[in-house]
Amino acid sequence: MKTPWRTFFRQNRGRMIAAVALVLFVAYAYNRNAQITEAVLASSLRQSIPLILGALCGLIGERSGIINIGIEGQMLMAAFVSFLVNVKTGSLILATIAGVLMGALMGWALAFMSVTLRIDQIIGGTVLNMIAFGLTGYFYQVGLATKGKFQPIAIPLLSKIPIIGPVFFQNPPLTYLTLVLIFVVHFFLYYTRWGLRTRAVGEHPRAADTLGIDVYRMRYMNVTLAGMLAGLAGAYLTLEAVGSFERMMTNGRGFVALAVMIFGKWDPLSAWGAALLFGFATALQTQLQFMGALQIPHQFIGMLPYLLTIIVLAGVGGRTRPPAAVGQPYVKE
Amino acid sequence: MSEYVLEARGITKRFPGGVVANDHVDFNLRPGEIHALLGENGAGKTTLMNIIYGLYQPDEGQIFVDGRPVVIRSPHDAIRLGIGMVHQHFMLVPVFTVTENIILGAEVVRFGIVLDLPRARQQVLELSRRYGLEVDPDALVEDLPVGVQQRVEILKALYRDARILILDEPTAVLTPQEVEELFAVMRQLRDRGVSIIFITHKLKEVLAIADRITVMRRGKVVGTTTPDQVDEQKLAAMMVGREVVLEVQKTPAKPGPVVLDIRDLRVEENGVPVVKDVSLQVRAGEILGIAGVQGNGQTELAEALTGLRRPQKGTLVLDGKSMPFNNARILIENGLGHIPEDRQKHGLVLPFSIADNLVLCTYYKPPFARGWQRQPQAILENAERLIEQFDIRAAGPMVPVATLSGGNQQKVIVAREFSRPIRFLLANQPTRGLDVGSIEYIHRRIVEMRDQGVAVLLISAELDEIMSLSDRIAVMYEGEIVAVFDADKVDKATLGMYMAGARRQGDDELVAAGVRTQTRA
Amino acid sequence: MRSVLLSLTAIALALFIGALILLASGVSPLVAYGALLKGAFGDAQALQRTLEKATPLVFSGLAVAFAFKASLFNIGAQGQLLLGAIIAAAVGFGVEGLPPYIHAPLALLAGATAGALFAAIPGVLKVYTGAHEVITTIMLNYIAINLTDYLADGPWKDRSPMNIVARTPAILESARLPTWGPIPSGFVISVILAGVIYWLLWKTTFGFEIRTVGQNRHAARYAGISVAKVMIATMVISGLLAGLGGAVETQGVVGRYQPGFNVGLGFEGITIALLAKTHPFGVVPAALLVGAMKAGSSQMQFAADVAKEIIDVIQALMLFFISAEFLLRRMLRMKEEAGEEKLVLSTGWGSGD
Repeated sequence: MKTPWRTFFRQNRGRMIAAVALVLFVAYAYNRNAQITEAVLASSLRQSIPLILGALCGLIGERSGIINIGIEGQMLMAAFVSFLVNVKTGSLILATIAGVLMGALMGWALAFMSVTLRIDQIIGGTVLNMIAFGLTGYFYQVGLATKGKFQPIAIPLLSKIPIIGPVFFQNPPLTYLTLVLIFVVHFFLYYTRWGLRTRAVGEHPRAADTLGIDVYRMRYMNVTLAGMLAGLAGAYLTLEAVGSFERMMTNGRGFVALAVMIFGKWDPLSAWGAALLFGFATALQTQLQFMGALQIPHQFIGMLPYLLTIIVLAGVGGRTRPPAAVGQPYVKE
Repeated sequence: MSEYVLEARGITKRFPGGVVANDHVDFNLRPGEIHALLGENGAGKTTLMNIIYGLYQPDEGQIFVDGRPVVIRSPHDAIRLGIGMVHQHFMLVPVFTVTENIILGAEVVRFGIVLDLPRARQQVLELSRRYGLEVDPDALVEDLPVGVQQRVEILKALYRDARILILDEPTAVLTPQEVEELFAVMRQLRDRGVSIIFITHKLKEVLAIADRITVMRRGKVVGTTTPDQVDEQKLAAMMVGREVVLEVQKTPAKPGPVVLDIRDLRVEENGVPVVKDVSLQVRAGEILGIAGVQGNGQTELAEALTGLRRPQKGTLVLDGKSMPFNNARILIENGLGHIPEDRQKHGLVLPFSIADNLVLCTYYKPPFARGWQRQPQAILENAERLIEQFDIRAAGPMVPVATLSGGNQQKVIVAREFSRPIRFLLANQPTRGLDVGSIEYIHRRIVEMRDQGVAVLLISAELDEIMSLSDRIAVMYEGEIVAVFDADKVDKATLGMYMAGARRQGDDELVAAGVRTQTRA
Repeated sequence: MRSVLLSLTAIALALFIGALILLASGVSPLVAYGALLKGAFGDAQALQRTLEKATPLVFSGLAVAFAFKASLFNIGAQGQLLLGAIIAAAVGFGVEGLPPYIHAPLALLAGATAGALFAAIPGVLKVYTGAHEVITTIMLNYIAINLTDYLADGPWKDRSPMNIVARTPAILESARLPTWGPIPSGFVISVILAGVIYWLLWKTTFGFEIRTVGQNRHAARYAGISVAKVMIATMVISGLLAGLGGAVETQGVVGRYQPGFNVGLGFEGITIALLAKTHPFGVVPAALLVGAMKAGSSQMQFAADVAKEIIDVIQALMLFFISAEFLLRRMLRMKEEAGEEKLVLSTGWGSGD
């Protein structure tokens, strides 16, 4: 019997090699300058958090057959609600919960549009984005400030390990939560009844239907749950990464997350690798610029993540296989 | 114990648009019998079964299981009542393993949520041994031949303890040998007490396996009978409502010069060869039929020949002229006519009018266009003429083809292709899903084209169609032409052996027949 | 007729929900909408403002609607428009000594070409690599924002001593588009182009090819149409229209390139295209509607103290309702006709199919 792990290694040989190369590179850099290496890696992880959360959100949706290009809007609305709740109550926990619930509500709205109203899913996602841009713009008032933000918690012992410690074990709580969630989603997707049914609904909804699985219910449930992850990403942005809210602060991360999802072949762990790669690219260019090593206008540096997204899409496009039923509304006979 | 395990009384189902798919249909099933439900495409068989399986709700009527009235709101209810269904288009998730497909919806779990695949696998193995339905529980379904996929479908139903098994057109995709195997399985299941509803439109099969036969026509039950009371002619008449000519009327072919000449055609899909160095010659005035089980490279061969796919190697000569691949426009201009396998996907633009669909391949040429400008008057006149000439039943030339019946949609394609001056016709599954009247019509038209000197390559999964239309028959198996026969010198059983890969002609023979250029090293 | 009714219902519903939001934030919708109307049509000046606001919207609406006809979603109209705007500005201030009847069209042409080339990128990527245009065009929007910001803050920056922001110098008088009474000439151009696009789509063989590709790509290939060429050409024309929109904005209204003036025009194009049911003739009234909302929003902010962003919310709601045909048809008890042309964008990512 083929174990999932063996299959995983076989299918990801190229990435494994890339990972080894990366480890060697990091070791080399660490030898040269430990502090900067740690800083860049820690920054990579921070940059990757909203991307992987967004990618997981997109992935759960697409695995159940729903394209979600509204992740950007879901993040933005959640970031805004987290911000407001924090301003009003001063509680970071309540603010996070509010952001997650907002994400769920936005996810439900997408499910409602694509399952019940059968709006083209790409247009549905666009509606979500525009509503988020509009509402956050309308209700945002300049001058409000958050009351505090999540602070790093060093995990005893683990945080003392060189490189790994400062990068992975001296983080604020939402980062830890995200790292756990990646594995939770992976486990649920491949090893549980829910995961099997989710994948069936995304690949062949009619087959699932003929076996008594409620396709509509699965899609509603999954897109709503996935929305919570985008919501968490939004909360992360205001409560942990930035500590405040600005109009359009998501800055395209929701869309980049989709590219991360595609690059990660709709697989949570691979998507995490892709997210880290994007995070690393961003962190590296920031660092280079900071050190004055690059005499390039900042706008060109700013383009990098977007260029990288296009290159990645063009590179993997046509060679990946999305869930077969993605994008098609399921109509019961 | 009731006399019937399943009984449907007075079932009526109307669809939006006023179609009455089932009109007061009565149907019953005895314990441990194979009951054939016979009817043409569109007679309402599948609708009835979908109602019994809970996919549709009847507008009127009542269903009884073991004599008790039941309401079946969903497949879930049907499964609980012991009803299992094997759909015509398999309901399998291609990227799942056999085990995963079988347990889907009835999973074996630990702690309430975690899949217990090892135990599920064990159960699947036991089940497959018990019923003699051999499968590899770890194989991915997409890697399995259709015959095995069908076994997985049956196992799926048995895994859910089905006592009533509905098989919807199960033989459509099988070789004659596989059909025999399926019948053996069906008999075995029957002997173990499973009651089977066997849906088909093939008369011979019904007579071979059924204990009782119910015939449907246009949404109504025509009657119920047994195989010893009827013969093929009688059944055909019941099914169609008139005497049917079972044989296609045609004179012997008068083959002319070679029109289509392909050599060493190789098509790969993701690096795997699916058409392996195929050579073929089709002469003017002959019909060459390609027999084979679906998925043996016919689709890819057809796509390569019609400019829809670039083969990895090979040459294509049409009427003595060398043709480029992957350029449908040049092929069409040089006399290619194509009835595509999937008429709605490839052959028609459904929201467009009949008139626009009739000029789909010639819209840019005079008289339909002058320079850039389209000429609506000419397009309309063309449509009016062809609608008349090809007897297309429609409210007018400007209605969308989406509103037409399947038979009339196919006539639109035939009208478009046959009204151009074509030299070579590729007819891929030209009558799939059509009623007998349309089938007869399209067969007659194809023979007419042959008699006018067109070279015809016919690809069909229906062996009967291949046998009755072709002048020569080539058998395709796993991407290769494994045999070529004159149509009058071969029988169905022999073809079946070749289709199943049990036999192949010697390389010398194949080279002599022109379907290989060299013997294998 | 039916589609007009659907659009009107969508607009009414969006305005209604917008009114509820206004009520929730303590503003009388009547006062707010009244001010909006006055600011948009109250006098000749207001009317001119509406037409000015509507002009680039007709272009971006046409751009999106045109791409929709080939089932392509050009969310990148925004970026193409930005490039068109800045290139037109560069030609407008950089090329000297030309008479107006050459300079103005030259700048327009330059802007249009810039948009067209920029839109060719996602077209080529889609055809040859399978990268879905929805993501690539969005990414290109961000790239365009950075690129134009670099140009306006670097090589093409307005170096006059008073200026501290990122903007180009003012274009020369000879590159400016005239205004006839309250009617900007750019608006006239946009209406003419709507007619040209209609002709192209329904009266020419090329239009037939585009619509065939849009409704059934497989059948188009079967019929010998080069889907790749048609898709790229469609994106190029769509980008050309968007680029022209940017150029008209620069030459007819702003008078230079200045970031912030044209934010959201490309996205508004989506709403307009869908309100117009992707028909070129529907684009003009839909653009006028959105233009009027934008023109009147300042007056509304002033008179009723309502943040301008409410019109973004209302637009998003319009987009929602017009997309939710299923819902609208239920409400209006309208049946779907068999075989209607449908807009389908959500085919799989990157699978090239």
